[in-house]
Amino acid sequence: MRINCPLCGSRDSREFHYRGSAKLLHRPDGDAGDAAFHDYVYLRENPAGVNDDLWFHENGCRSWLVVARNVTTHEILSVKLAADVKRGGA
Amino acid sequence: MRYSAWEVFKNGLTGNKGWKPVWRNPEPKTHYDAIIIGGGGHGLSTAYYLAKNHGITNVAVLERGYLGGGNVGRNTTIVRANYMLNGNSQFYSHSLKLWEGMEQDLNYNTMLSQRGCIMLAHSDGQMDAMARRGNMMHMQGDTDAELMGRDAVKNLLPYLNFDNPRFPIYGGLMHWRGGTARHDAVAWGYARAADMRGVDLIQNCEVKGFRIEHGKVLGVETSRGYIGAGKVGMTVAGRSSQVGEMAGLRLPIESHVLQAFVTEGLKPVIDNVISFGMGHFYISQSDKGGLVFGGDLDMYNSYAQRGNLPMVEHVAEAGMALMPMIGKAKMLRSWGGIMDMSMDGTPIIDKTDIEGFFINCGWCYGGFKAVPGSGDVFAHLMATGNYHKAADMFQLRRFETGHMIDETGNGATPNLH
Repeated sequence: MRINCPLCGSRDSREFHYRGSAKLLHRPDGDAGDAAFHDYVYLRENPAGVNDDLWFHENGCRSWLVVARNVTTHEILSVKLAADVKRGGA
Repeated sequence: MRYSAWEVFKNGLTGNKGWKPVWRNPEPKTHYDAIIIGGGGHGLSTAYYLAKNHGITNVAVLERGYLGGGNVGRNTTIVRANYMLNGNSQFYSHSLKLWEGMEQDLNYNTMLSQRGCIMLAHSDGQMDAMARRGNMMHMQGDTDAELMGRDAVKNLLPYLNFDNPRFPIYGGLMHWRGGTARHDAVAWGYARAADMRGVDLIQNCEVKGFRIEHGKVLGVETSRGYIGAGKVGMTVAGRSSQVGEMAGLRLPIESHVLQAFVTEGLKPVIDNVISFGMGHFYISQSDKGGLVFGGDLDMYNSYAQRGNLPMVEHVAEAGMALMPMIGKAKMLRSWGGIMDMSMDGTPIIDKTDIEGFFINCGWCYGGFKAVPGSGDVFAHLMATGNYHKAADMFQLRRFETGHMIDETGNGATPNLH
């Protein structure tokens, strides 16, 4: 599997560290309550299709990336900088 | 038909014409007292124990593909109970006891081989941790745990590389009652025994949805029509999120691919199950002679049932670091299974807010050894509505209340290690 890092170009997936669903970018407010944090920390959509993952380019530019990947075929559809996604851009 | 040496002898003399199909292939009825979704090890054993222990025989097992075609046919066949934490310890201990009586109970040869399962230690600190784990196993009643020093391990496994510069072997914790079993036979044995007690095993029957009214499950929509049910149990590890979603559940689970490998058949060389935790590598030798080994998750979520090459390389490197003698063996096959990775590494066996709907999921990579225990406690829960004492800590709400059972101490993550 190769991941097309927006800063470094196409690189071997071994350079990257997988963190989990990109829902982790959207942490609830501190006073959102236990149910919201339970959902944020533990519950996952886990679709058998396209999933937005968080990957960290550990042995490269050390950027956090949001990778849209088809988890039934391992095909990578898009890669964005997590910082851009978080700001609502990209 | 009851299997026995006499039947083998008799059929041997009569051209083996007396053997019959092992289970029926019935059409689904319109209503069952209980429906089990998923015809793998856990689903078939649940159906069997519902019939045997609770007298509930109007039961159907619905399987999308063929019986035993999922993870029960894709694992590395290891049976063990060397867990430490309260919650896991009593459950796997219970499951191992059922393994030990399984062949007589099912009248089926599942080829359980209690050849001993050793976890290696590579530092003084790890030896202390092994001693602690062994003591916990003794307190649980599994007195077969034995802490072995370097010389004892060397005597037992002389072919290991004891002086690896990074992970020299200090000793290990042997679990003598651990071992392997014939994985397909476990599924077939439970299927046959359940069928003989009247359970309908319905293959090529995919569940498409649930009929739920006023908070109670009434039945399931399937590719072979609607089937009514008093109770529904879900044992579809690997696909739990999808089936659960049909019932409106969101689960603390992510699906990951785990690879395993087998070499060509060799003469007997590895007597035990050897687990090299620091290298993420474990190995045993099958009765056919193939070295069966595996390693870590590929570490990203996947439903592909196949892994990628970096993990193949990593596992092969770890194997070579531990036992250089396997270097000339040729790897014959590799495969991947889809693991229900729960967010604390521990399974979930529980009721849900939907009356009559029960879930059994989150087995991570430990589902095979749990097959008899899981079926027994899940049948108990479905039949009586009460938690079995061996599995009363596997509740779904532990993630809300903070009672996770985090055996590896990794925190809330699905990609363990």
